[in-house]
Amino acid sequence: MQAQSPSFDKESVRKILEMVKDPEIPVLSIEDMGIVRDVEVGDEDVQIYITPTYSGCPAMDMIATEIETVLALHGYKKITVKTVLSPAWSSDFISERGRKNLEEYGIAPPSGNSKGAMLGIDPVSCPQCKSKNTSVVSEFGSTACKALYKCNDCLEPFDYFKCV
Amino acid sequence: MSDNKMLFEYLLRLGDNSLILGQRLAEWCGKSPVLEEELALMNVGLDLIGQARLFLSYAGEVEDAGRDEDTLAFHRDAQEWRNLLLVEQPNGDFAKTMARQLFIDCFQYVQFEGLLHSTDKTVSEIAAKSLKEITYHRRHSRDWVIRLGDGTEESHQKMQTAIEELWGFVPEMFDMDNVDNAMLAAGIGVDVAALKDRWDTMINDILAEATLTRPEDTWSVRGSRVGKHSEHLGFLLAEMQFLPRAYPDAKW
Repeated sequence: MQAQSPSFDKESVRKILEMVKDPEIPVLSIEDMGIVRDVEVGDEDVQIYITPTYSGCPAMDMIATEIETVLALHGYKKITVKTVLSPAWSSDFISERGRKNLEEYGIAPPSGNSKGAMLGIDPVSCPQCKSKNTSVVSEFGSTACKALYKCNDCLEPFDYFKCV
Repeated sequence: MSDNKMLFEYLLRLGDNSLILGQRLAEWCGKSPVLEEELALMNVGLDLIGQARLFLSYAGEVEDAGRDEDTLAFHRDAQEWRNLLLVEQPNGDFAKTMARQLFIDCFQYVQFEGLLHSTDKTVSEIAAKSLKEITYHRRHSRDWVIRLGDGTEESHQKMQTAIEELWGFVPEMFDMDNVDNAMLAAGIGVDVAALKDRWDTMINDILAEATLTRPEDTWSVRGSRVGKHSEHLGFLLAEMQFLPRAYPDAKW
């Protein structure tokens, strides 16, 4: 691939970052996930600030590498990816588009917001039949960010993106 | 001890608690009672190891002696570890793992809530990140202690036994030594002794709901703050540290 000459403005860089997907949930870009917290653009260098979803998330190293790779392919040379912890990532950061993509992919998006989740007031909808008659199978699922649910109407088990 | 050395010690205590408990939980891999619990225990362990990486990386920076998170994790012997005795205790049965988890989840909850206000920016940021995870862990261990305690006669008995076997490791969590006091005075650390009441309230409520009896305070052991550990830590480290010690420059 021939490297184009890169544009040193935030919008262009952010657009490129949409190509980087969560390695475990390929329908969700790191932008939609709210992992990219800031982008700084200098005259010929870019700094990307990312925040981990969970402290031990094994996808973070891969995400950082993919950011460097995709920017390098677009002609950027001086790329720095920095991890920031504050403010701590919340599922509230996930964009509307991200939530829609999750549901279409078969993962129930976070229900309500992180404050309500502590009280357990928002019912989780089945991503298949949209029924709210669902129950938790396990508070933990196949990855750190998911829990396991089942639908009591269509009987399908499904992943729920934890609301934290 | 210099201020930096004090902070280094304090960070080791925080990081070592998470790392050793994370390693213990990983021992359940492949042998949990049900698949869902296997996933749960591995997820909790992963969060803890993530927290440990943040604390130990920072400890390495503070010490400024060229030790990074891996060196601190894999090249310290038992007497150099600062984790609480509670977290190094063997998994035992599932009830014992859940009792240990509930004690530490409630402890970390009040401790990290205090650390949110630390004057050390990195410490408060790690605390904010971790507290969200700990809140979730506590919900899990609480649910299990109640479910087993208020379950069958056998599960009730096993849960009661587990709590009694670990009860003597509780007082050490709330000790304050010169490092804790120095960190408190500097606004970096928290007064854990003052948090005991809140821990007691949380635990009493959960035990009551679980129909379990709070044990009498008849025995206690301590020593982790000065590197005096139970024999179990040595075996854990032998397994955890084997590969990087046998093959020093091994890379994935």
